[in-house]
Amino acid sequence: MSEKVLMKGNEAFAEAAIRGGCRLYFGYPITPQNEIPEYMSRKLHTVGGAFVQAESELAAINMAYGAATTGKHVFISSSSPGIALMQEGLSFLASAQIPLVILNVSRGGPGVGGIQPGQADYRQATKGGGNGDYHIPVMAPATVQEAVDIIYNAVPIADEYRNPVMILADGMLGQMMEPVILPELKEALTIEEIRRAKPWALTGHGDKRERNVVKSLLLKPDELEEHNINNEKKYQRMREELVRYEADKLEGAEVVFVAFGTMSRIVDEAIEELNQAGIRAGMIRPISLWPFPNEAFDKIDKSTKVVISAELSLGQMMEDVKVAVEGRYPVELIYRTGGMVPTPSEIVEKTKKILEVV
Amino acid sequence: MATHKLIIAGFGGQGVLLTGQIIAYAGMMEGKEVTWMPSYGPEMRGGTANCTVIVSDKKISSPVINEATTVVAMNLPSLVKFESMVEPGGKIFINSSLIGEKPKRDDVEVYSIKANEIAADLNNAKVANMVMLGAVVDKTGIVKRESVERVLEKLFTGNKADLIALNKQALRAWNK
Repeated sequence: MSEKVLMKGNEAFAEAAIRGGCRLYFGYPITPQNEIPEYMSRKLHTVGGAFVQAESELAAINMAYGAATTGKHVFISSSSPGIALMQEGLSFLASAQIPLVILNVSRGGPGVGGIQPGQADYRQATKGGGNGDYHIPVMAPATVQEAVDIIYNAVPIADEYRNPVMILADGMLGQMMEPVILPELKEALTIEEIRRAKPWALTGHGDKRERNVVKSLLLKPDELEEHNINNEKKYQRMREELVRYEADKLEGAEVVFVAFGTMSRIVDEAIEELNQAGIRAGMIRPISLWPFPNEAFDKIDKSTKVVISAELSLGQMMEDVKVAVEGRYPVELIYRTGGMVPTPSEIVEKTKKILEVV
Repeated sequence: MATHKLIIAGFGGQGVLLTGQIIAYAGMMEGKEVTWMPSYGPEMRGGTANCTVIVSDKKISSPVINEATTVVAMNLPSLVKFESMVEPGGKIFINSSLIGEKPKRDDVEVYSIKANEIAADLNNAKVANMVMLGAVVDKTGIVKRESVERVLEKLFTGNKADLIALNKQALRAWNK
């Protein structure tokens, strides 16, 4: 195991992707993730990779699509409005079953919005910002170390399901520094390894096999329906295999918070303050936002008076929380939006107000 | 104290972000939990800059703090902005080379350090942040001064190695 190092989130994310085997990066600058393309431009050419600054996010996602059809591991990143521009490409990649790891270091929206941390891309990320019947697994880390591990492990997940995998971080996680232990450097796949593991990849047929075709255009509706149903079987497998969450202090809790990413850390401290004030509180922290960890909500104790969705968005996750709660408990919302981030005490005060009325 | 929460603020170019990073790095070398969180935005030289550093014996949950145990103000706007963030009994460090005013708070310990003048006496105006860091480290115990010196030895390598002695001197200069 390597030594603990102090790294800025964005640089650690980039290093994690490289160590996970990604040697190709395409991007367009946008705050608060600019340290990622900067890092990639410095580092990738030293490990036999390639960094391309695209002319736009639309170009970047399509370059990534093209590169990933060769079976090589590709990593891309952007922030909220940039990710919005990439949605068409993500829909194409999902339909064409092309693996890709994509990171959103999200900021306040909608529109161009601001550059401070936000979680208001929740719906875009989890419900599919592009067209058609498709899904993308979305993982939400809360610490720099967790982000590193998730990005590293997203590479084989994308391969396993032949699908893009998204990591939803936020500006705070990208900008902050924390100690991390970096995982072992994986070599890039060789052409022989790609041919063995990814028979669908465009590796050059050399007149020795049928041509591989990668496309998302299926004009015959019966063929497209069959294609979609086949992909849906894969999405069902993801729902069964990719659920990740933490459930903490649910036993005897009056209040159960649901929070992810940076917000879950602020809630964690708020829970300590509530405990000191004699209010027992626990938390469900979804790590996979899609598939959403519905099963975690079966662990909520009968003692619970209210479930509170705490988010840096206007109730986007609360929709999924309500589905998961299935009417068993009242569901309330604590939020900040537009790049504003609450303090732990602010959450404590809002929780006390909610408890007065439930 | 188990957890130190420090805000260090000044104008861009004074090295406040680097100073915070050095504390975080030193804390990590001592085996403590650390987070460093900068203000970010359309920042520029001469604009405002600040960072929050937490050094703790236990796992750090929120990188966002209710109150700071220590605020370091390298210029007047920083004092005005962050004075109210210090917990009662906490510490405020003021760069009195640039700040004529005193804090309004009477429930905190105030340390006035003429960081720029002391740095000028060392013939390098750029080490004002290191002068202040020395005072902060000695008075708060957030990290050990020896750990800071070890960080400096790791940061300044190659043709910058000759800066180590000057920076170590600056760390000790505040109470000379």
